[in-house]
Formats: sequence, structure tokens, C-alpha cells
Amino acid sequence: MSAHADTHAHDDHGHHHKETFITKYIFSIDHKMIAKQYLITGTIMGIIGVLMSMMFRIQIAWPGEPNVLFEALLGKWAPDGVMDADVYLALVTIHGTIMVFFVLTAGLSGTFSNLLIPLQIGARDMASGFLNMVSYWLFFLSSVIMVSSLFVEAGPAAAGWTIYPPLSALPMAQGGSGLGMTLWLISMAIFIASSLLGSLNYVVTVLNLRTKGMSMTRLPLTIWAFFVTAIIGIVSFPVLFAAALLLIMDRSFGTSFFLSDIFIQGEVLHYQGGSPVLFEHLFWFLGHPEVYIVILPAMGIVSEIMAANSRKPIFGYRAMITSILAIAFLSTIVWGHHMFVSGMNPFLGSVFTFTTLLIAIPSAVKAFNWITTIWKGNIQMNPAMLFSIGFVSTFITGGLTGIILGDSALDINVHDTYFVIAHFHLVMGISAIYGMFAGIYHWYPKMFGRMMNKKLGFIHFWITAVSAYGVFFPMHFIGMAGLPRRYYTNSAFPLFDDLANVNVVITVFALIGGLAQIIYLYNFFVSIFYGEKATQNPWRSTTLEWTTPVKHIHGNWPGEIPHVHRWAYDYSKPGHDVDFVMQNVPLKEGEEELQH
Amino acid sequence: MTALLTILVLVFILVAIWQMVKIFDLTQGNSRGAHNQIANDKDNKYQGYLMLGFLVFIYAITIFSFVEYGDLPLLSNSASEHGPDVDRLMILSLVVIFIVQTITQFLLHYFAFKYRGEKGKKALFYADNNKLEAIWTIIPVIVLAALIIQGLFTWNDIMNVNEDEDPLVIELYAQQFNWTARYAGNDNTLGKANVRLIDIDKANVLGVDESDPNAQDDIITKEIHLPVGRPVLIKMRSQDVLHSAYMPHFRAQMNCVPGMITQFGFTPTLTTADMRNTPEMIDKVANINQIRAEKSEELLAKGEDALERYEFDYLVICNKICGTSHYNMQMKIIVETQEEYDAWIKDQKLFKDSLNK
Repeated sequence: MSAHADTHAHDDHGHHHKETFITKYIFSIDHKMIAKQYLITGTIMGIIGVLMSMMFRIQIAWPGEPNVLFEALLGKWAPDGVMDADVYLALVTIHGTIMVFFVLTAGLSGTFSNLLIPLQIGARDMASGFLNMVSYWLFFLSSVIMVSSLFVEAGPAAAGWTIYPPLSALPMAQGGSGLGMTLWLISMAIFIASSLLGSLNYVVTVLNLRTKGMSMTRLPLTIWAFFVTAIIGIVSFPVLFAAALLLIMDRSFGTSFFLSDIFIQGEVLHYQGGSPVLFEHLFWFLGHPEVYIVILPAMGIVSEIMAANSRKPIFGYRAMITSILAIAFLSTIVWGHHMFVSGMNPFLGSVFTFTTLLIAIPSAVKAFNWITTIWKGNIQMNPAMLFSIGFVSTFITGGLTGIILGDSALDINVHDTYFVIAHFHLVMGISAIYGMFAGIYHWYPKMFGRMMNKKLGFIHFWITAVSAYGVFFPMHFIGMAGLPRRYYTNSAFPLFDDLANVNVVITVFALIGGLAQIIYLYNFFVSIFYGEKATQNPWRSTTLEWTTPVKHIHGNWPGEIPHVHRWAYDYSKPGHDVDFVMQNVPLKEGEEELQH
Repeated sequence: MTALLTILVLVFILVAIWQMVKIFDLTQGNSRGAHNQIANDKDNKYQGYLMLGFLVFIYAITIFSFVEYGDLPLLSNSASEHGPDVDRLMILSLVVIFIVQTITQFLLHYFAFKYRGEKGKKALFYADNNKLEAIWTIIPVIVLAALIIQGLFTWNDIMNVNEDEDPLVIELYAQQFNWTARYAGNDNTLGKANVRLIDIDKANVLGVDESDPNAQDDIITKEIHLPVGRPVLIKMRSQDVLHSAYMPHFRAQMNCVPGMITQFGFTPTLTTADMRNTPEMIDKVANINQIRAEKSEELLAKGEDALERYEFDYLVICNKICGTSHYNMQMKIIVETQEEYDAWIKDQKLFKDSLNK
């Protein structure tokens, strides 16, 4: 399996290609450059997404109060500085879409799969550099379309990021369901094409281009996570593509896949025989695996960083792989827990409750294994490690409430309330962002050849960590009090008046947390040019990416690709002088490879 | 012009934060020297203590939230027969969560503090222990099995509508952005209906089949009245987009889907009057009215109208994004004694009499 044949094929890539500015920085086929392109694009989209959340949080905390900020940024959509109800819905919709797909799928998976797969398995590049480039540029195109939809006359899509029809299908139901929704659908269709090209490339690369000695059971957990993530993407994204296509047909060509018996604005529409519930099934068939597409790469990154910074092998390597596989498998058969009260057969609800709660088991194994990994370690508190510990913390806090939401009987009363928002933001939003930050701080020297400032990293982490809990912990309580999500203001219900002060607390934390990201942005961009020069293996890590030269070359290794002789986690192994043994170091005389 | 100024101010604020970060960065002196960006023993020590501090913070915010917001959750005031079962399961789940959360967060942050790195220390090479992993596979299995079984029984109880109990059949009709109810009348059978039969001129707004004999005694209302103690089966329709009929106090929720009829059955156990008199509700309403009074003072000072006093009522509220006024789509539900209900329903117009000729 491990393909060493490719060393010949790629050897000539090493030095003598003259690269122009365009082939090097724009239409690059080098995975390292493409990874950086994904990261920068994802960062810009992230800034937009976070700014939107800060705006709608201000609206929730101080509903209907004029705000110069709104007047300036929203223009005619905020007459006299009072945010319009449709704009509120548009903001939450685009915030969700951007954060889930553009930041946490493309920005996270796109960056680190591209950067690490070839480097950690010992390959010169991706299986197809060209497809990789196409994948990035499709992602870029879809980002541009999504952002341009913000400037449409009737506003961008505003039906929630889940775009349930008929609301999303009928322009007369909502302003955003006109051109804005068309652009949303086109953008997502292109995004899916991009994601599939990327995923196919990752899978093929991991299967075929591993260096000599890199068996599947010697792969770092990052690679396992990216590999399985890519497979989930290939299985589930096409279903969303189909759903989007059918919705486009319903919208533009008069078909009735998701629509039936509709009377709106004084007239009966011709649609008959379709079902919105069908759309929900198709959407969540992707939508649920999607949260694992978001979180698995973060899990892989965190596993790697925790081992390296604890100077200890990851605890239960095999169990970690098994649980990744179990989570991946289960993730495709739990989508119905988003639909307990959708009108589907209650028996199906029972089945989905059962499968959903099963996911808690591999998740618990992972959490305990991480905790055991740091036990009796020699923990190096680098910013990447802080974010990894933060990841485990929010993953546990957010994950635990899943046993309430996954339980159909309990979901009835907290479905679509702020309890759900608190749950999924902690377990896959904040956690995945932490995973991404951890990865950036850790592999920054590999990406840019310089180090990020650690003190700024510490400050960034602590402000973010406190704000994250400040925002989402109290949110559980207003959710349990029955406050529905996606309400432009809660003032129509005196019943919820006693929740108003909680919402102010949440917003204040959200604003602090949002502004704190400037520290990170400063650190990120300034360090590219002025950061301390990195050494080859600053974190004293075992994996192959740290055997490449600091300065990037096309083809990664100047000479032969190193061969692998051991797994990725020989930290503090007895019998060695240093506390890490790199994967390309042959076993000593009489040394046994761990039966992991 | 204001827009431009605001954007300028905003940019200045951002630049100011950026500059502050930069100043901080520069005051680090030679921090950009060799190997300064890798955590050293001093960093490990400080960050280790901060981890311990963060554990305290997590506990503190938990305790604070429970003390300050603990009375917010709808756990003490269910008003349906299955409500207490749901609440019991909810509390059980919360207890499990609380215990696991407290222990695991302690282990995580305490280990991060205890095993903070020091030069010369060597970590324990400890890669695997099948026994340990078996333990933390099996314990969740047992706990989850218990929760799943309880959950499934509760769910089946709720979803299983027993037709023998002769439930009161009511249609709940959703549209942007209001609710309408249709009672089945004396025959307790709803007349057929389809949006294609809507005839605004004749005031047949729900599209009820005028020729259906079952439809003649149907009653269309803008409030739901329920006799206490009698099972009710709510059949839901929507004419335009998805809505969700959320009745939090009855622990009831079901989506209203165009093109199909969904349903939810429950039995109200507390009349509106009784609910208003429960100690929890008296406290809650008093608190809300105090908040509203304070708000009113502000409003009056600004020359606007004061807020009305709040009195508790059961509500059905929309809980599926449905457009502009999604945030204000509600209808009152009044639970009353059988006599009060009979008196009310007698006063309502039958469908056949409500049509414009």
C-alpha cells in the first residue's frame, strides 16, 4: 500500500521550476499554499460571521433601540438605526451558514487537511494538485457569491441556515427568499462541489501516497480524523446537493418536491403532493454528519497537540481510531433527532433517540482518553495546548446536554429554544473554533516559518474562554425557560420579560469575546512578517512534517522522503535520552514497537 | 453622514485596540528573540494556576446560574398529565449531567495544573490500558441505557393517542402570522378541509368543505378553550410555510406542515385560574410586573406609553422560523372547568352560520 513509487515521479518537483507570482500565490497547486489560501479566506469569512453575531446579539439585548452602528452598517435596513425584523433573520441565517460551512468546514478542514495530509504521511503533494487548486477556487467563488448575496435589493437568504421550504421556496413568504435565496443555493452548490473535490483528494492521498513504513496504524490521529471526515463528506454532501437542486427546481421550474397545498397572499399556488418533511430528511442527512465534519478534524488536531504538549503518547490510540470510526458511522444514522416534532412517525423518533444517545459512548471514550493523556504528563502550556484543553472542556460541557436534546421526550419542550443554541455552539461551534485556533498556533511555524507571540496567545485564550462560557452557559437557562430561537425581539411576550437581563449579560460577554479576536488577528498577521523565526521542530514533535525544511519547497523534502519506523506517539519513551522519538528514527537494537 | 462618521469611529476603535495590542507586544522587549515563543517553566506555572482558576470559574458560573437563573426553567409548573413525567426525566438528566460535568471538568483542569511542565521532569509513558477504557465504555452504556429506556417509555406515552378516551378534537390552523382554532362540534369530527377551498368572500378562511356534513357544526375561534382534565387531540395544519405549535406549559410541541396534518394529544390538568394561583406563578408574575413597572417609568420619561400589567395565560407560540413577524405569533389558551367551557362554546358561532351568503 505505502507508495514509494511516487518519489521518482515527483523528484523533479524539488527545485528547478521557475514560479511566477501567479503560479506561486494565486493559482498554486502546492498543498501548503492552498492550505494558507483556505485559512485566509476562512478567516475573512469568520470576521464577517462574528460581526453579524455581534450585531444580532445587540438587537436581542436592547431590542428596538436605535443604534448608530446599525444605521451605519445596515443603511436602509435599519431605518433610524432600528434593525428591521427581516434583517435580523437574514443575519442569523448568514451567520449560521458562514460559520458552519465557510469557516468550520472549509476554513478548518480545508486548511489542515491540505497542510498536514501530505506532510504527515510523507508525500510530495496531494494526489492531484490540480483538483486541489480547483477545489480552493470553487470555495473562493462560493464565498464571493455568498458575500455578494448580502447586497441584494430584497436582502440575503433569511429562512434560517436550514432553509426549510416552503419559507425558502416562496419569494412572497419572505423578502430574502427571492434573489438572495437563489444566490445562497448557487453558492452552496458550488461549495459542495469544492468540498467533494477536496474530500476525494484527501481520501486518495491518504490511501495511496503514504511513505514507506507508514501503515494505517502508524498514522497520526490528525490524519485519521481528516481521512474519516472526508469519507463522511463524500457520503453526505451529495444528498444536500440533491436537496438544493430539487429546491431550485421547486423555486424556478414549478415542480412540487417539497411543496403542497399552499395558500399565500390571497391565492392558492399550484403545488401539490410534495412534502417539506422530505426536505428536512435530505437536509439533515447532510446536516447532522456535517457537525461531525466540523468536529472530527478538531478532535484530530487536539489529540495530536495534547500528546505533543503533554510529552506523553496519546492514551488509547486504537480506541481513539475506533471511536472516530464509530462516531462517523453513527453520525449518518441520527439525523432524525432534528425532526422529533416535524410530524414524522413517532416510532422513527424512538429509533433516532436510540441511535443518537449511542453517540455519547464513543464521545465519552474520547473525552476520558484525552484526560488520561494529560495525566502524569509534563504539560507544556503553549497557546495551542491551552486551546486544546479548552476544547475538551467545552466539548464536555456542550456534549452533555446532548443527552437531553437527543431524548425525544425531552426534546419536545426544548426543541428550537436557546437551549439548543447553547448546546450546539459549545459542542461544535466553540469546540471546533478552539480546535482551529489550536491548530493555527501549533502549525503556524510550519505554515509561515515564524512563531506567533505566546503572550498574546495566552491573553487571547483566556478572554475567549471566559467569554465563551459567559455567553453560552446562562443561555441554557433561558432555553429551559422556553424562549424560542430566531425571535427578533422577545418583547411580544411578557412571559419572557424576566429573561431580558440574562440576554444583556450574554450580549456583553459576546461583545467582549468578539472584540478579543482582534488580539488574535493582530498576532496572526503581524507574526507573518515580524514573528520570531521558527526552528525546524519548535514543539519537539514526532511527526514527519517537522522533518521538512522551515522554508517551503515544492515537493516538501529536498531529498528522499523519510521512511517511517514507528508510530507517531513515542513521547517520553523509556530507553531514550530525549523525550520524543521522531517517526523516521529506526527502532533501536532490541527496542520493541508498542503493540498499539 | 452619520453612517460615515460611525464607520470612522468604529474603525478608530478597532485601530485603537490593534495599537494597544501592538504596544503590549513591543513592551515585551526582546520577546521576539530566539525560542521565546515556546512556553517555558514560568509560563507553565502561571498557565497551570490559571487552569485551576478556570475550574473555579466554571464552578462559580454554574452555581451563579443555578442560584440566579435556577427558577427560570419550566420545571415546576407543568400543566398537563404527561408534564411531570417529562420534568422528572429532565431533572434526572440534569443531575447526571451535573455529576459528570463536575467530575470531568475537575479532572481535566486539575491535571492540567498538577502536571504542568517543568524542565527535567519526564512524563509517564502510558499508552494504553484496556481495563480503564472498558470501564469508561461500560459506565456510559449503563447510564445511557437507563436514560434511553425511560425516555422511550415517556415518548411512547406522550405520542400514543388513546382514541378510547374520547379526546376533544381541535384543529389548530397556522398561517403567517397568526393562529386559528377549529372545534369539531357536537359530532367531535372535523369537517374535511383544504386550502384550495378557501373562499375569502364567503369568510371561509380555513378552506373547510362546505358540503361536508361533519363540517356544519364546526366552530372557528381565535382562542383555544379547554376543559380541565379532558384529553385533547390537536390536529395541526398550515396554509403557507412551516410553523411550530409550541405550548411550553403543556410540554407540547408539533410542527404545522403545509400539505399534511400533524397531531399532538395531551390532557390539561390545571385551569388558568389555578395556575395563576400557584406560588411559583405568583412569584414569577410579580417579578415580571416589577420589571415591567421599571421599564414603564423609563418609557413614560421618554413620553411613550407605559406597558400593560402582565397576567399569566397559557399560550401557543410559533417556534419554527416563519418570516418577518415570527417573533409575535401567538394565541391564548384558556383552561377552565367543564361548566365554563360549555358556557363558552355555546356562545360560539357554528361554521354553517358563520359563512357570508
